Formats: sequence, structure tokens, C-alpha cells
Amino acid sequence: MLNSQLILNQSIVDDEWTFVPLPSGHEEIKKQAGKVVLFKLTGESLPSELQINETVIPQTGKIILPLSVYLKNRDALQHRAKNNEIALWIATHETLDPLISAEKDINIFPLIAVFVERFQDGRIFTLGNLLRTRHQFKNTLRAFGDVLQDQLFYLKRSGFDSYLIKEGKDPNEALKALQSFSDPYQGAVDIKEPVWKRKVRS
Amino acid sequence: MYQYDNIDQTIVNERVTQFRDQTSRYLSGKLTDDEFRPLRLQNGLYIQRHAPMLRIAIPYGLLSSKQLRKLADIADRFDRGYGHFSTRQNLQLNWPKLEETPDILEELSKVEMHAIQTSGNCIRNITTDQFAGVAPDEIIDPRAIAEILRQWSTFHPEFSLLPRKFKIAVSGSKQDRAIVQAHDIGLEFYYDKEQKMAIRVWVGGGLGRTPILGSVIREHLEWEHVLTYCEAIIRVYNLHGRRDNIYKARIKILVKALGVEEFKKQVEAEWLHLKNSPNTINEGELKRVTKFFTQMPYEKLKDQDDAFDEVNKNNKAFASWVKRSVHPHKQKGYRSVTLSLKPHGLAPGDATSDQMRIVAELADQYSFGELRVSHEQNLILADVKLKDIFKLWEKAKAHQLATPNIGLLTDIICCPGGDFCSLANAKSIPIATSIQEAFDDLDYLHDIGELELNISGCMNACGHHHIGHIGVLGVDKDGSEWYQVTIGGKQGNDASLGTVIGPSFAAEEMPGVVKKLIDVYIKQRNPEERFIDTVRRLGVNPFKEHVYA
Ligand code: HEM
Ligand code: SF4
Repeated sequence: MLNSQLILNQSIVDDEWTFVPLPSGHEEIKKQAGKVVLFKLTGESLPSELQINETVIPQTGKIILPLSVYLKNRDALQHRAKNNEIALWIATHETLDPLISAEKDINIFPLIAVFVERFQDGRIFTLGNLLRTRHQFKNTLRAFGDVLQDQLFYLKRSGFDSYLIKEGKDPNEALKALQSFSDPYQGAVDIKEPVWKRKVRS
Repeated sequence: MYQYDNIDQTIVNERVTQFRDQTSRYLSGKLTDDEFRPLRLQNGLYIQRHAPMLRIAIPYGLLSSKQLRKLADIADRFDRGYGHFSTRQNLQLNWPKLEETPDILEELSKVEMHAIQTSGNCIRNITTDQFAGVAPDEIIDPRAIAEILRQWSTFHPEFSLLPRKFKIAVSGSKQDRAIVQAHDIGLEFYYDKEQKMAIRVWVGGGLGRTPILGSVIREHLEWEHVLTYCEAIIRVYNLHGRRDNIYKARIKILVKALGVEEFKKQVEAEWLHLKNSPNTINEGELKRVTKFFTQMPYEKLKDQDDAFDEVNKNNKAFASWVKRSVHPHKQKGYRSVTLSLKPHGLAPGDATSDQMRIVAELADQYSFGELRVSHEQNLILADVKLKDIFKLWEKAKAHQLATPNIGLLTDIICCPGGDFCSLANAKSIPIATSIQEAFDDLDYLHDIGELELNISGCMNACGHHHIGHIGVLGVDKDGSEWYQVTIGGKQGNDASLGTVIGPSFAAEEMPGVVKKLIDVYIKQRNPEERFIDTVRRLGVNPFKEHVYA
């Protein structure tokens, strides 16, 4: 269901990571309707205990685990994490708080991936930005899911450096979209200074 | 006005290339309808009732005569020889062909124009006061900040796919003419006690299905932080705004659900991280951009002109037009002039390509080659010499651009409604024209005085009906078209939302309903009292009783 080739640092490479999905088909659990919580989660469920428990974790190799599954099995996974075998993925409606409070240094992960279910969901950009700027994540940041070439420029500017293009779309064609614009106006994650601080404008 | 350097020009050119590629991928089947939709919307391209609709950006409503001529040529070449000026200071073409839109964008790019972010769930075209830079009550000229906001918001990577569209308005004068309270973010400039420029930040206003006036979340923001503070607001919204239900996805719903205090707390917490980050503006950049908007090369003139006074005294038609269409100006001997796009009997806000060319010529002759679009859907020549006003009037009149109805009942704000818009519940243009016809007696119109009548064809409220002194909303009842009436809405510093007076009316009843509302007003008004003030004093009941009697 995923494209096997991905874009990393502006070129096409094979994916060396094994993606671990959450088991689906279980009844989704709605979060209790705390006022603030409600907004984050309306219409979107967090993984249930059952889903987390039933996730099958491959015993060897480099794996990308759902954040919730990692947190639940954190102790057992420590030695593999030290071997650079553990990466995480989070969904756009999840917050980074549990990760940040559990892990002093998120750079123990060689890769963090953000799953975007719908193209139109721009939370992925803010998550990328926060991971890179507020939480100083320095390793590979991957976008996957409903990722089309038309988001790549924005994803790049929001701190992503790896893109798994949606199945059925050509990653080679997508590559060129990273260069859609040569001189962006505003400061962002990749180019921090706005254009008027980078260039002489008259 | 602002002029592109090669950085601006390159961005717009690259956008044309990108959109050409996206359109051809769509036409060749590589992009589905669903995939293409957000892309075309961010380029102002809707799929409408008859054809696509293309919304062209007019940043903060400012146009050069050269740009207007280009718009006229585009309307002739790619459309049916007219365009519609909208309440968001844009121009809409109703009949372009999808395959030709990349060519239209390319034509626009030649005159420093585009359709970037005129639709879609992103930061839309920034709007402001049509008298920016020339109004006597101005505190600061908001156009430089609007331009800085335009650049910052163009392809802003973090905010390119928000839960919903996002509108920012800037006001720099004592009287708010930008409706800051009806925007997702409203920026109201003022001078603080130390005589330093500061911003009052409004958030969470908007019309549409759930009309809400904004709340102040920051009383005093130093202007240097305008971008980072907006970033904090929009970041909170991007993460926490609802995405499951488009009717509840606007920031106003989030602000209301959290409460302004909680929302503000979250924004301030976010801002602590962003404050002083690279998007903070500095004096140098503000100065650089401000240079483009400095005063025009005004002549030193007296603030009085004998010839003008003479015709004004002797020519009644001219005098009544002057009374409505000529506005005070900072500079002695100059006035701003509104050209009415509301001739009785035609679609409000429409201009033919010939009219556009005439206005361009008038701008060249009398107003330093520039003009503005107002959210009331009229065109403004901002810098006209008092002594030129009569000549200007004669030419404008010959092309149906001088109906003396500015600010009066027939200066109707009206969305395209069921004649063009596929979302409409009812037509709105024919309602506007039938009301205009019913009030064709100019003396009577002037006697009624200041009155804003706004019409929308559905609850999306493109015609701002909630803030009209009289608002008309098209509703659908069992498949037929009906109209609900509100009164007491108002734009400006003391903005208010109108109150529904009761059950809706059939189309043919509408002119009569408006007449009855006016009858009550005429009978009850105190001397010099405007319609809106009478409604505020008496409440809706006397109006309601008479209309439904
Ligand atoms: C012809 C096709 C048009 C379409 C499909 C369209 C679509 C929409 C939609 C869906 C909304 C609702 C947004 C919400 O939920 O708040 C809206 C609101 C609005 N539109 Fe349009 N529109 C069209 C034309 C226009 C025109 C001609 C104008 C100006 C004359 C305009 C100006 C506005 C304004 C000012 C709002 C106000 C909403 C707010 O402030 O919250 N639109 N439009
Ligand atoms: S108010 Fe409704 S009918 Fe009118 S233009 Fe907007 S969406 Fe269309």
C-alpha cells in the first residue's frame, strides 16, 4: 500500500525502514469531551488500548512504530533504540506532548514520520515546524500518507527532508516540485530569514 | 503604489508555471478532481454555475490604470467583456475557460498581478480602507503593513492548508472602514500614549452561517511583532481548529468554544516562542515598503476653488453627486471621488471592459494613474483636484459611473447570487435591481439619507447582509426562493449584527418591504437621525409591526 521509493534529501532512494501500522477494524474510541481536548480530537480517534496491545512489533530490523506503541513498549525497546533501529510515526491529530515528556532527547530517533490522512490537512506543517524548531529534532523527518508533489515545497519549508509520495504517483515527477519557488518571502524552518533580510531590495 | 522587484516578479512567474503544470496534469487525468480542487482554489478558480469563476487578487484594493486596462483586455479576450468587483476588493470573472486560466494568469503577471490565495483554506487577500493614505482621520497609512502582510502570507508554508479560509483586515484610521471586527484577524492601528504606533488585535470575527463580531485579544501590540503575533494566532488555530465539519472550522468557532481568555492564553504562550524570531519586522523594512506609498506629487493648492463652488451652486445634478461621491482629503485642494458601480437596474459591482478603460483614463488624467476598489463594490479615485471634479463628473456620467447614490439606499452591496453562484439559495441581483427601480426618485433617495442595504444569496454572506442597516438573505423554502430581512446591522467602530424581523418574503414583495421599513423611519426619525440610529433607538418592533401588518 505504500510506494517503495521515497525522496530523501532531493533524490530517490529505496526505503530501508519497515513501517508498522496500527491494527484497524476495532471500534474507535472517542476521547472524553474535555473542552480543550475536544477540539484536538473531534472526528479523530487516538489509538485504543486494544489497538496498541495488538500491534505486532517485528523483532529485527529498522522499524517505524506508532508513537503510542513505542511509548507503551519503551523499556523493552531501549536496546534496539540504541542500535538506531527504532523510528516513530505520528498522525496529524496527535500532539507532541507525550513524546516530549517521555523522551529527554528525541534525537535518539534516526527518523520521525508524520502521517497525513488527507492532503488538505495542514497540521503536518505545524508539527514539522515544532519538531524542528521548538524540539530541535535533527534527524530525518518524513511525510507520508496522502502526500502529493504539490505539498512538497511547503513540507520542505516546514522542516521535512523525506517524502513518501502517495502510491500511484511518480516520485521522479514529484522531485521537481521541491524547486517550485526560488526565493520565498517569509522565514520558515529551512530558510530562516525573510527575503528582505537575505537580499538587498530596493 | 507598490512595485515589484525581481523577487516579487519571479514568485508570480513561478506560480504561473506551477499552475500551468497543475492544470495540465489535471486535464490529462494525472490529478483527480479532489486533488486538483485545493490547488485551483488557491489560485482563485472555482467551478461555478455556468463556467469556472476566476477571482483575481487586488491586494488591499489598490490598482494602477495600467493594471485596470489589462483587466479590461482580459475580460474581453477570455471572458464576456465585464468583471465583478467583490466585497473583498477582488475582481471576479464569471466565464473564463479552465484551459485558459494559466494564460490569464500569465497575462496578469505582466502587470504585477495574480490570483494567488484568493480562495481556498489559506490566508486570503489582505483588505483595508479604500481611503488609505488620503483620509483626514488617518492615523497611519495601513498599506505598507498590508503589503508586508501580503508578502509574508504568500505561500506561507505552515499556513497553506488551514482548517478553513483566513481573512485579515487592516485599519489605520479613527473610523474603521475595513470592518476589522468581521475578520478572522482585524488589525487596528493607533498611536499609544507615547505617540508610538501600536496595534489593537481583534480575532474571531466573521459573517457566514454563524456571524460573530471579533474580540480584542491584544490591546497593544508593537507593530514590529505584527507577523509573529499573527503566526502565533494562526498556529493555535491550525492545530486546534476543527477539521471535521466545515461549518465549524473557522477560527471564530474555536475562539468561542475556548473562550477568548483561554484562546488568548494559548496564543500568548505560543508567541513567547515566536517573539523576536526572524519574521519580526524592523524599521528599515517598514521604511522601504512605506516609500512605495508616500504621498503623491501634490500641488500646493488652496482648499477652495471658485469655479467648483460656482457649478456646485448652479448645477443641481452635479451638486447632489458631489454631496455623495466627493470625500474629504488630507491634502488641501484635493478630494477623493467615488465612482458608483451601482447604476440603477444593473448588477451591483459589475463593470464592463469599456468602463474599466474609461476609469483607467480618468485615473491617468485626474488621479496620478491610480485607483482603489472599496468593499462596497465601488471604485475610488483618491487624489482629484477640486478644480478637476466637474470635468471628471461629466466624463464619468457619460459612462454610467456617476449615479449619485454613494452611501444611499441604492448603493447596494450584493453578491452574484443564483444567477452565477452554485451555492446560492436564491437570486440576489434581481432583488437589488428591483429595489433600485423602486427608489428611482433621487430627491427621495437623498432625503432618506445614509443607508446601507446588503444582499446575500445564501448564508455564506458574501454580500455582508448581517452588517447592512437593512440586510437581505436569500433562503430556500421547499425549493422556492424567499428572502429574510434583518435590520440594525452596521459596519465600523460600533459594528453590530442585524436582527431578523420575522418570516421571509417572496421576491416580488421585497421592494414593498423596504418601502415600509423606510416609511417607519421617515415617520419616526428625529431631525438629522440616520436610519440605523432610529433602529437602534426604537428597536425592531415598530418596523416589524408595520411590515407584517
Ligand atoms: C460566485 C461564487 C462564490 C462562491 C462559490 C463563494 C463562496 C463562499 C463561501 C463558501 C463562503 C462562506 C464562508 C464561510 O463559511 O464563512 C463565502 C463567504 C464570503 N464571500 Fe463568497 N463566494 C462567491 C462569490 C463572492 C463574491 C462575489 C463576493 C463579494 C461580492 C464574495 C465575498 C465573500 C465574503 C465577504 C464572505 C464573507 C464571509 C465572512 O466574512 O465570514 N464571495 N463565499
Ligand atoms: S452569499 Fe452565497 S449565493 Fe452569494 S456569492 Fe456567496 S456563496 Fe454565492
